[in-house]
Amino acid sequence: MLDIFLSALTDILTVQHISYMMLGVIVGLMIGVFPGLGGIAGLSLVLPFLYGLDTTSALALLIGLIAVIPTSDTFASVLMGIPGSSASQATVLDGFPMSRNGEAARALSAAFFASLVGGLVGAVILTGFVLVARPVILSFSSAELFMLSVFGLSMVGVLAGKSLVKGLAACGIGLVIGSIGGAPATGEFRMVYGVDYLYDGIPLVIIGLGLFAVPEIVDLLRRDRSIAGNKGLGSGWFAGIRDVIRYWWLTLRCSSIGALIGAIPGLGGTVVDWIAYGHAVQSTKDNPRFGQGDVRGVIAPESANNAKEGGGLLPTLLFGIPGGGAMAVFLGGMVLLGIQPGPSMVGTNLDLTYTIVWSLALANVFGAGLCILLAVPISRLTLIPFKLLAPFMIVVISFAAFQATRIIEDLLALLVMGALGIYMRRFGWPRPALLIGFVLATQAETYLYQAVQFYGWGFLTRTGVMIIIALTAVSIWLGIRAKVTSSSRDEVLAEEPSHGSGLSDNIRARWPQLAFAGLMLAGFVLAVLDALQQSFLGQVFPLMMALAGGAFTLLLIGFLVFGRHNTPAAVDAEAGIGTDEERPERSMLASLFWLAALVALTAVFGFFIALVVFFVTFLQFRARASWLMTALLTTGAAGFILTLAYSLNMRFPGGVLQDLYRLPWPFS
Amino acid sequence: MTDITRFTRRAALGALAVTAATLALPGTAQAQVDFSGQTIEWIIPFGTGGGSDTWARFNAPFLSKHLPGNPTVAVVNEPGGGSTRGTNLFAARAQADGRTILGTSGSTQFPYLLGDPRVRYEYQDWSVVMVGPTGGVAYASPSTGISSVEEIGDLVGQRLTYASQGATSLDLVPMLAFRLLGLDVNYVFGFGGRGDGRLAFERGETNIDYQTSSAYINNVTPLVEAGEAVPLMSWGVLDEDGNPQRDPTFPDLPILEEVYEMVHGEAPSGPLYDAYKAFNTAGFAAQKMVVLPEGASDELVETYRQAWRDVFADPEYLESFEAALGSYEQVTDGAAEALFRAGTTIDPEVRALVVNMLQDEYNVRLGD
Repeated sequence: MLDIFLSALTDILTVQHISYMMLGVIVGLMIGVFPGLGGIAGLSLVLPFLYGLDTTSALALLIGLIAVIPTSDTFASVLMGIPGSSASQATVLDGFPMSRNGEAARALSAAFFASLVGGLVGAVILTGFVLVARPVILSFSSAELFMLSVFGLSMVGVLAGKSLVKGLAACGIGLVIGSIGGAPATGEFRMVYGVDYLYDGIPLVIIGLGLFAVPEIVDLLRRDRSIAGNKGLGSGWFAGIRDVIRYWWLTLRCSSIGALIGAIPGLGGTVVDWIAYGHAVQSTKDNPRFGQGDVRGVIAPESANNAKEGGGLLPTLLFGIPGGGAMAVFLGGMVLLGIQPGPSMVGTNLDLTYTIVWSLALANVFGAGLCILLAVPISRLTLIPFKLLAPFMIVVISFAAFQATRIIEDLLALLVMGALGIYMRRFGWPRPALLIGFVLATQAETYLYQAVQFYGWGFLTRTGVMIIIALTAVSIWLGIRAKVTSSSRDEVLAEEPSHGSGLSDNIRARWPQLAFAGLMLAGFVLAVLDALQQSFLGQVFPLMMALAGGAFTLLLIGFLVFGRHNTPAAVDAEAGIGTDEERPERSMLASLFWLAALVALTAVFGFFIALVVFFVTFLQFRARASWLMTALLTTGAAGFILTLAYSLNMRFPGGVLQDLYRLPWPFS
Repeated sequence: MTDITRFTRRAALGALAVTAATLALPGTAQAQVDFSGQTIEWIIPFGTGGGSDTWARFNAPFLSKHLPGNPTVAVVNEPGGGSTRGTNLFAARAQADGRTILGTSGSTQFPYLLGDPRVRYEYQDWSVVMVGPTGGVAYASPSTGISSVEEIGDLVGQRLTYASQGATSLDLVPMLAFRLLGLDVNYVFGFGGRGDGRLAFERGETNIDYQTSSAYINNVTPLVEAGEAVPLMSWGVLDEDGNPQRDPTFPDLPILEEVYEMVHGEAPSGPLYDAYKAFNTAGFAAQKMVVLPEGASDELVETYRQAWRDVFADPEYLESFEAALGSYEQVTDGAAEALFRAGTTIDPEVRALVVNMLQDEYNVRLGD
């Protein structure tokens, strides 16, 4: 055993290995800071160079690249509220509010230092775990995976915020949206209405961008100030490192959660962050400010998601099953290098496995270290007046959105999800609940169906399943306790301006959110109608979920119509109910209009021409910038996007113009 | 607008016939095409990191090296719709100037053969320049009571379980094979890939499974050695006349045709076997194809075929292809055309048989 450790260590600690790893880290960072791209796109950049290299150097380059994927996208999620990948969606919840409070540098350094620690802890756990991983991974059958999805769904209770009914209804919406596309059991297509785009379901990135990034951009645009407002950069990066040290126990717990859940194939890395975040919320007793910029809400998901990548190596190496996008890329690279995954990775090739696991940890340290150094200069972005930053952000989220399939429908979906996100934010519907429902919809349905097929309903009595049920129960109990102790009754209530208490008075005072709830109800009805046309196995899951979601929405409508004054369901940010924020000056629709304008322009002229026209128009008419400034910023943005697209061999979504005429790149 | 295109197309066809007649010597075609300083987009209708992507990225630098003018060959991923989206895009937009080529896979061929409503491409419009075959092996669990394929008769009458990606995926081939053998198999769908299916087999949730060749060698052979899996048969390969032969990677394993004879005492025939043959070819023997768009000149096709001939003779390629792609030789010219034809045509009756089977037994609705 010791000789295997030594052989792996001597492989790693050579100048050549480390320099190639650094190269991978730097390339990965340069591409990864751009939301939606991540190191996956970086692969196509480095692949041509893999051929000339020996296996160890090529592996080092690849590992350096994938190690920074969950780290580099933190910049966009903390500074701009743009979740570029599933690994940064939970980070947005507290990271972005911290930026808005002028604590961007602190949030970033806490996130990166937590990532660094997470990567190291993950590697330590995996060093031992790798030897017993095969039987452990095999013991997670569809039954256990289903219960784990239920465990994930139980986090909705923790993340529901003020109104549990709204949380459950939002989760229902997520589950229904998640079941669009092919049914796992039968392959029949649900809720596609003949639209090609819907056959694959809506991509997760678009849901994340629409729900979290679009509402924030719109809100900031309405306020016309910098992201950090007049609060400056505040406490520096050292504070963030101190935070991680102060909450070392939380960091350690979340790293372990990340490494272990990441190692289970099939659940996907997508829920790890939410489980870690939920864990932080339910285990925090002293003075929690989650959702408003609590640093623990940043530390928890960030320490988990780097450890998760290490965990994800196990199914990739041992079974050839990649846990997520980054691992799929790594697997492809390995195959190109002639390394085949399989049982030999814990047998004759064990030293190679350790080389990979520890390289990943080392690359994490380099990557996170580099990011910490960059945190202060980059966080100055939050001081730029938002009207100058906004066109960049709108272009960036559109660019990130169409990474999914690179067609105009991606942008349309972004717009629709964005509108949904805006109103959910306004009426206090918890957006994380929708996201969790969406992420777990397919998994819960697939594993339930498979478990019943393989074991019958007796699957509930399997030991593993019982353990997870117990864990879920404990987690829910902890969540309830955290809620009761953390918030006094007054805080749970919404503060409504007084209005009469009759039925008609309620409706008159709360009609905007009644209308929204009604719209959601209509969505559930639509889902039920569609489900009724499917075969039994194709309909049973979406039907149940839509009925449950519809019931909770009805309950909510009941609360709103008949409920007393100040019911917690009656949040309406636009009317200043249930929020501390001041009402912004400009109208919401005018701000959303700009995103819609970019989408419409793209539909006609293709993305590149649309980008230029959009920039000039926005800067001239909305930001009222000088012509020099307009020219500089437009050229800068266009040049940047072109360089990126050129080096990654990327095409832009085309519009009517491209359908009619064949144009040279980049207009094509 | 339409009139002009029709005219030019007819004229082009005429010109094409003339050139085809005069250009009997292959060597002369070459000097005319030169890709110096250009970029060739190799459309791959799948995401980054998957099998087809890896295959294309392995081949791309060799293609670049051997095409006249050494153009950059860029792999462009256009995933979606089970590969129909990227392929539709290619069919609608690609021009026949040799600067856009398409790499397809079994999951591009299957929806085409089955008449999936999302398919808006026509293989017969295209010119094939390369075909990359692969193979697969079916195996069962010793818990079924058998210890070798000779005892396959004991499987008949048992309730077997198979973890599947979906009835219209490559799993259609084992489904048809098991059906031919008269096995009663319960298909559990919703698995993410063959790897997930193998995991279910290792957990003992399923007792019959198949893997593509490289996954079989790396992950199932250790199980066979440990006595935890019993190899049944390979899908075989096609010889130059299109007849099924044993897979040279697994010379000791019988192919379905042999196992069928063991069970039924006669060689397989009939529409169900025709369906198996068609989908087996489309899914394995002719799994990966490189095609040029509609209207590609003979000259262009010959340029590409010459490039592949040169690739296949490149010592560096010969040294590395086995590690990356397995021991199946990629082919061009007549062999590629034969595989292309066999993998992209299907008798309408055979198609109807499969479509009805999918509809009646697995609720797959294709025709609407």
